Amino acid sequence: MRREVPLVLTAMVGLTMIIAHFIPPFNILKDLFEDWFFIIAAFAIYLGVLNLIRVNADKIYRKSRDWPFGIVVILGFLVITIPGLFFSGGRSFSDPGTSFYFLYIHVYYPLSATMFALLAFFVASASYRAFRARNVEATMLLAAAFILMLGRVPIGDWITAWLPEGYRMGNAADWIMDFPQTAGQRAIMIGIALGVVSSALRVILGLERAMGGD
Amino acid sequence: MTGYEILRSTNREEGYEHIGGAAPGATYFSDSNTENKVKYFYRVRAISPWGTSESLPSNPVFSRVQWFDFSRLTLFALALIIACAIFYFISSAKTGKKLFIRKIAGLEAVDDAVGRATEMGRKIIYIPGIMDMDSMQTIAGVTILGRVAKLAAEYEAKLEVPVSKSLVMVTCRETVKEAYINAGRPDAYNDNMVYYLTDDQFGYAAALDGLFLRDKPAAVFLQGQFYAESLILAETANSVGAIQIAGTAMPSQLPFFVAACDYTLIGEELFAASAYLSKDPKLLGSLKGQDVGKFIFLLVILVGVLFLTLNSVLGLGLPDLATVF
Repeated sequence: MRREVPLVLTAMVGLTMIIAHFIPPFNILKDLFEDWFFIIAAFAIYLGVLNLIRVNADKIYRKSRDWPFGIVVILGFLVITIPGLFFSGGRSFSDPGTSFYFLYIHVYYPLSATMFALLAFFVASASYRAFRARNVEATMLLAAAFILMLGRVPIGDWITAWLPEGYRMGNAADWIMDFPQTAGQRAIMIGIALGVVSSALRVILGLERAMGGD
Repeated sequence: MTGYEILRSTNREEGYEHIGGAAPGATYFSDSNTENKVKYFYRVRAISPWGTSESLPSNPVFSRVQWFDFSRLTLFALALIIACAIFYFISSAKTGKKLFIRKIAGLEAVDDAVGRATEMGRKIIYIPGIMDMDSMQTIAGVTILGRVAKLAAEYEAKLEVPVSKSLVMVTCRETVKEAYINAGRPDAYNDNMVYYLTDDQFGYAAALDGLFLRDKPAAVFLQGQFYAESLILAETANSVGAIQIAGTAMPSQLPFFVAACDYTLIGEELFAASAYLSKDPKLLGSLKGQDVGKFIFLLVILVGVLFLTLNSVLGLGLPDLATVF
């Protein structure tokens, strides 16, 4: 029973979502199920928050390795939650003038931007490894990357200005993006779409039991 | 001309109310807020800096329940053919028919990655993406987790699953718990193996980066839906020498994973992974059914290209398949 009930529910909801895509009156059920998902997800946030606090409190209590980080996590949680819940008059973090907004703009926003900015350095280090010409494919990748990078900046067209219009670095970069890149990406997209259909059918039919650990 | 206003009334002569607008050049407006079988009249008011001008009322129109969305007929037919092909191959796999499935290097390496973690006595960190359970990629990631967890239980390797969504945490816990029970090691499972970090994208990336640098895991699995954090995670895990097996169906993130990880499951391989790892004939049959879909798409693309080429060179006036489909 413990296994069958979730499988039957999954099959029912999955089939309803598919039917609703083609038969509009079923959209009422589709919308209902989507609302249920959001309600369950909203309640589940508390499970996550409780788990976060419990894991870190446990770490501090037991003085496990790196336990001071647990204090930082709990303090960070309280510092952002208390002003948001009790000292911002029910207003959103995007409303200027609230302490919630202050924390968002002066703490959360710069921290997020810092993490995002790391990407620039990681792109450089990953590119360095990926573009080493070790074999034919890597060499082609290197050549395509070279043309694309030069073609996207003014100097690319400047050093190929002696070539006829339409054959310069910028045009070559556009050609790579419009044809080989688009063709490859579409092939991947078609594969993904079919993979989603196949996976969804496996889940709906109850063949996919790995989520139950089988 | 700055735009159009759409007016509606149930009386031809009066009572028109503004129900929406349209940009200059628009040729249609869809009213999705109607009562079935009630007759409505519409007027269009053109707005310009010099004033407004209204059209005559339209003929009465009414909405009714549409039992089938015929604009999706082609999609329906395609889905039906592909679904039938999948059913056919699943049933022929049940009869014991041998099906050829190409080797997927990334999945062949799963055993090695878990074995390596066991030998080194270091952790396996499994990340099922940053989206919730309504994403098919997350579902695929969680199904692969079931296989990895079973292997980890059999090898007695240390598994850790930090997640960014509460529902994913609950699902992953059930999956890992069942996998440990099925591997005959329920004693080795505890709830703390799967834990929640944060819903925030870069907060999650920062927490995982810290985890990678402090714990130096032997293997990192990145399986699911990722966005900009993909390369941040993959490069950090690479810097600590972890073997990485990534998989996503996000075309924009695939190049990052290919560049930074040891193995990458590209698009459909992510969805095929569970079937491939389980070796269950029924699941493998569903993979074979996808090939029929690929063949149809290939055929349509080839015919479409041929028609367009013939039209362009010989001016034959053959149909443009892009508009047919």
